[in-house]
Amino acid sequence: MGFKHKDIIGLQDLTAEEIELLLNTAENLKEINSRDIKKVPTLRGKTVVNLFYEASTRTRTSFEIAAKRLSADTINITASTSSVVKGETLSDTARNILAMKPDIIVMRHAASGAHHYLAQRVSCSVINAGDGAHEHPSQGLLDMLTMRQKFGKLAGLKVAIVGDITHSRVARSDIYGLSKMGANVFLAGPPTMMPPGVERLGNVTVCKDMREAVEGADVVMMLRIQLERQGKTLLPTLKEYSRYYGLNNNVLQLAGKDAIVMHPGPINRGVELCSHVADGAQSHILKQVENGVAVRMSMLYHVSGGELTAE
Amino acid sequence: MGADSTVILDGVGVKRALTRIAHEILERNKGVRDLVLVGIRTGGVHLAHDLALRLEEIEGEKVPVGAVDITLYRDDIKGHAEHLPVGKTDIPFSIEGMKVVLVDDVLYTGRTIRAAMDAIMDHGRPSCVQLGVLVDRGHRELPIRADFVGRNVPTSRKENVQVVFDAENTPTEVILQK
Repeated sequence: MGFKHKDIIGLQDLTAEEIELLLNTAENLKEINSRDIKKVPTLRGKTVVNLFYEASTRTRTSFEIAAKRLSADTINITASTSSVVKGETLSDTARNILAMKPDIIVMRHAASGAHHYLAQRVSCSVINAGDGAHEHPSQGLLDMLTMRQKFGKLAGLKVAIVGDITHSRVARSDIYGLSKMGANVFLAGPPTMMPPGVERLGNVTVCKDMREAVEGADVVMMLRIQLERQGKTLLPTLKEYSRYYGLNNNVLQLAGKDAIVMHPGPINRGVELCSHVADGAQSHILKQVENGVAVRMSMLYHVSGGELTAE
Repeated sequence: MGADSTVILDGVGVKRALTRIAHEILERNKGVRDLVLVGIRTGGVHLAHDLALRLEEIEGEKVPVGAVDITLYRDDIKGHAEHLPVGKTDIPFSIEGMKVVLVDDVLYTGRTIRAAMDAIMDHGRPSCVQLGVLVDRGHRELPIRADFVGRNVPTSRKENVQVVFDAENTPTEVILQK
């Protein structure tokens, strides 16, 4: 069993075995991050371009650290400081970057499907670091790794995902990934933020009330209210949102006694997550960030393995 | 076993070879002080544990055993159609200033040993690294030699040497396949 993809655009495109392989590799790579010398020579001579059209601290830093720990050279391009502000198209930017012979492009883009478009036009590997409201596969993988470390397996877990499902690429990657691995996903959120037909994406149950989703759950995943991404029309007030869809200790008590709380970050404290829970014993939020580096190392390792057939 | 395989070492032979290697390690290092064993995944790890038991029997002291996976340090990574699965490197002790005995089952081109030495150096600076192998089959491509050898076996490059382990990871025999 090997990993045969040139690109990782979404977990929708991967099989359960491929997800398992990525997680197993990540688990074995974790050890490097606790060494004194946090570097292995595996991707020596490879160039990784981080092309970020949207703001990001965690994901971009995490990908950069992951690439550096595998000895790849990294270049960061952020849209706000590049020719993109002069009106260059994605296709032109890609062609110009490609002329400098990178091996992997890690991209974040506001348009869903931008990676698919890019991957068809370049011979190097493309890794999706988040595209619009489509997918965020590295986040999905690190979420699954964190759950697997806690519970030893993914099959049969009850995972509640609460918040703005419509705008969440994290939710989509989690739904695809978790469904393939046999976990059951329960969604809750305001009706204005629940996409119709979301049940068809996988093992998904839509709950009317947040409590229904959280009850007996092994994992409670809170999504960030993306104040920058949506107009004010979907929510009456943040206070009301927090009252019905915020996680506090009272609601968390409904979950299983070993339940863990997760959040893709950055947290809006006091909105979707109260500080007691965010900093509480059940919070695995920093564990997610820690696992993020190992998961991204695994992704970079596996996409760079193949002889590229695209050329 | 097929008609074109021969047993180079049987179960008793393997045991004798490992016992001798254990004595040689102790003689060379004057005991087990500051001594650690690091096996190369996967055969070398099993042998390292076996050797550690023998050292303990003779000296009455435990010797730490670690495992090193060399996948990330290979020099032929581009030759594979896809990247190999990564095993776990597990060296749960400091090797700084220690005498490290690297253990592998079969010594062949020496490239695995080169990779393993790089991997070990990334964990610290041992005072020395010695190499113990159950079988040395020749055909070195790098200037590497073993300090402790169970059996030297002249082979052709077309042949394959395999150390067989049972379900408990105890080495049972060494076979040569044509």
